[in-house]
Amino acid sequence: MARNLRAAVALLAAAALLAAGCAKGSATRDDAGGGGGGKVTLRYFTFSAAPDHVKDLDQIVAAFEKENPRVDVRVETAPFEEYFTKLQTSLAGGTAPDTFELNYENFVTYAGGKALLDLGPVAAADKGYDPAAYQPSSLAAFRHQGRQFALPASFSTVVLFYNKDLFEKAGVPLPTADWTWEDEMDAARRLTDRKNKVYGDFQPVQFHEFYKTLSQAGGRFLAEDGRTPAFNGPEGVRAAEWLVGKVGKVMPTEAEIGGTADYDTNLFKSGKLAMWHNGIWQFAGLADAPFEWDVVVEPGDRTKASAVFHNAVAASARTGHPKEAWAWARFLTASKVAADVRIRSSWELPPVADRSLLAGYLKEPRPPGRQAVFDSLKSIALPPVIAKQQEMQDAVTEELGNAAAGRKSVKAALDDAARKVAGLL
Amino acid sequence: MSAPPDTVAPVRRAGSERPGRPRRSRSARLRYAGIVAFFLLPSAIPLALFTLVPMAGSLWVSLHEWDLITPMTWAGLGNYAELLADPATRAAFLHTVAFIAGYLPLVYAGGLGLAVLLNRAMPARDLFRAVYFLPVITSWVVVALMWKWLLNPRSGVVNWLLGVFGIEGPGWWTDPAWAMPSVILASAWKDLGFVMVIMLAGLQAIPREYLDAARVDGAGALARFRYVTLPLLSPSTFFVIVISLINGFQVFDQVHVMTGGGPGGATQVVVEQVYDLTFRYGRAGDASALSWLLFAVVLVVTLAQVRAQRRWVTYG
Repeated sequence: MARNLRAAVALLAAAALLAAGCAKGSATRDDAGGGGGGKVTLRYFTFSAAPDHVKDLDQIVAAFEKENPRVDVRVETAPFEEYFTKLQTSLAGGTAPDTFELNYENFVTYAGGKALLDLGPVAAADKGYDPAAYQPSSLAAFRHQGRQFALPASFSTVVLFYNKDLFEKAGVPLPTADWTWEDEMDAARRLTDRKNKVYGDFQPVQFHEFYKTLSQAGGRFLAEDGRTPAFNGPEGVRAAEWLVGKVGKVMPTEAEIGGTADYDTNLFKSGKLAMWHNGIWQFAGLADAPFEWDVVVEPGDRTKASAVFHNAVAASARTGHPKEAWAWARFLTASKVAADVRIRSSWELPPVADRSLLAGYLKEPRPPGRQAVFDSLKSIALPPVIAKQQEMQDAVTEELGNAAAGRKSVKAALDDAARKVAGLL
Repeated sequence: MSAPPDTVAPVRRAGSERPGRPRRSRSARLRYAGIVAFFLLPSAIPLALFTLVPMAGSLWVSLHEWDLITPMTWAGLGNYAELLADPATRAAFLHTVAFIAGYLPLVYAGGLGLAVLLNRAMPARDLFRAVYFLPVITSWVVVALMWKWLLNPRSGVVNWLLGVFGIEGPGWWTDPAWAMPSVILASAWKDLGFVMVIMLAGLQAIPREYLDAARVDGAGALARFRYVTLPLLSPSTFFVIVISLINGFQVFDQVHVMTGGGPGGATQVVVEQVYDLTFRYGRAGDASALSWLLFAVVLVVTLAQVRAQRRWVTYG
């Protein structure tokens, strides 16, 4: 019998070990021995900090911890492509970070679920909080059904980057703010030098570029009622042809890119790309480029329209530290320190109401034409947002890809995309 | 006091006692069963925790709408009905079948060919066997990335080599027509060694006398292979086909790394679809239902094979 007993004990021990190993990590972890006066560890998950701005975020964290010595902010980063997969999985598994970044396109999905902490009550309890510190439209963008579920943290726009040296070498006049698509295409043709593998232009053929160029062509993505796709009309065809028409002529094809990560970034950095449609978050990475480069507002067609990306900070509905989460979210989005760091490092822009905080942005030397960032905000195109956002984006990108590779006519590709999107609405 | 009914021991029929096995008392038998159970635990606990429990969980999820963010809501069999009506489901299964149709013959013929070659006396035979087996134990991500580079239409070694012979190489995984062949090529290359090992074992189990007798009867090398070796290899062939078919239906890693289901959805296989539904589109309920549809298909196909094997598999 003694042997049976020993076996039973061993079994129990094994089961206990397994159970301990499988117990999922709690949503928030207090430091060991953290009683009443212990430190609170607050997790923050972000996609916009890595790889170029981790140190800048660290500065903001350090300033926050100095003001809030009880709180220890632990930053976790993931690249944008993987970010939402990881966030979703951690929410489903009950291991979500206390606070995390969200973009405007995905905000509705998360706010509609019960994943986000309603910031109203914690805000009401905070006497130092003044909603007037934010630009009203930014704050409103992250309200859902009358409740504030996130605080706007940053915004950025897409502009036309250009390699000044390549333009001058080819004797092509530099881009200006009143350029149209025709001007851009004309310059791109003259700047493309296939023998030396220099390309004139790079504009990704995908959803985000399409909804924006559609807007530039004077069209709209969804009809007024928001329930039927409207992007396969003549303006849509014109916009898609503008994007697709560059591929293989002034821009490398998909096969030439060969699935290389950051292909366009590296192409521009190596001085082999004359014009590049990309976001102002690239400024920091280009600081040491060994050639002269600048930016202008993107060329328009019927009208000008620039894409705006809007990011916010939200807290998990299941965080054990709502007060600390609120304090951090507020600090990260509205404090002077955070605004200054974002400006000085040419990260993204803080959506603060106090315009004088933004003044320093124009004093940074590189690129010299950074006034274009503010000019681009005068006429913006917001992305269409629906509940099945990712499926819509994938459907449009896939069909545009078919058109770019010549597998379908532009019109047929757009019609097919419209059919798919109609099924998602 | 009446003894409790004996529920542990099987019903014993007269004369069914196996010879040579001493009769044990009931307590001894119980203790024996306990020891057996204890030794089974190390595999039974992980199996239950990491296979059976998640399976039950996915069955439960498949009956709900769940975006991983919002709490689940009951959907009954709605997800299954929706999937069966969705042309994307049919496309995913068709792509999977297309993969298997290319992969299975290639890996079987290749593995058998290698086994036959490496079953002869030759220098450095063990080294060759080890080398061909190496890809089997290599991580799929590594292999897929390597093939992606080899088959890069612009800068890959394969198209460069073809160019040397004046052939313009295809767009491989960037071309919808060539994307599936690219995945098949990489998959067959990786699994060749596995099939080779199974077939080698099968070859070595064939008694020399059979082949010698056939030779005496005047059978040539080809005839000996066709009428002696192949039939006697049928149990190994059966095993390889069953395993490869199941693996084929579950193809994912190489697709995910090499093409991500593209271009233009040309390699969107079932498990890639399950992944996209869950992690891209937040449709975990649909994804779980699709997994169970796949399970049903694999089960039916495997049962059909087990049934059919009676007709073509010869043992000994």
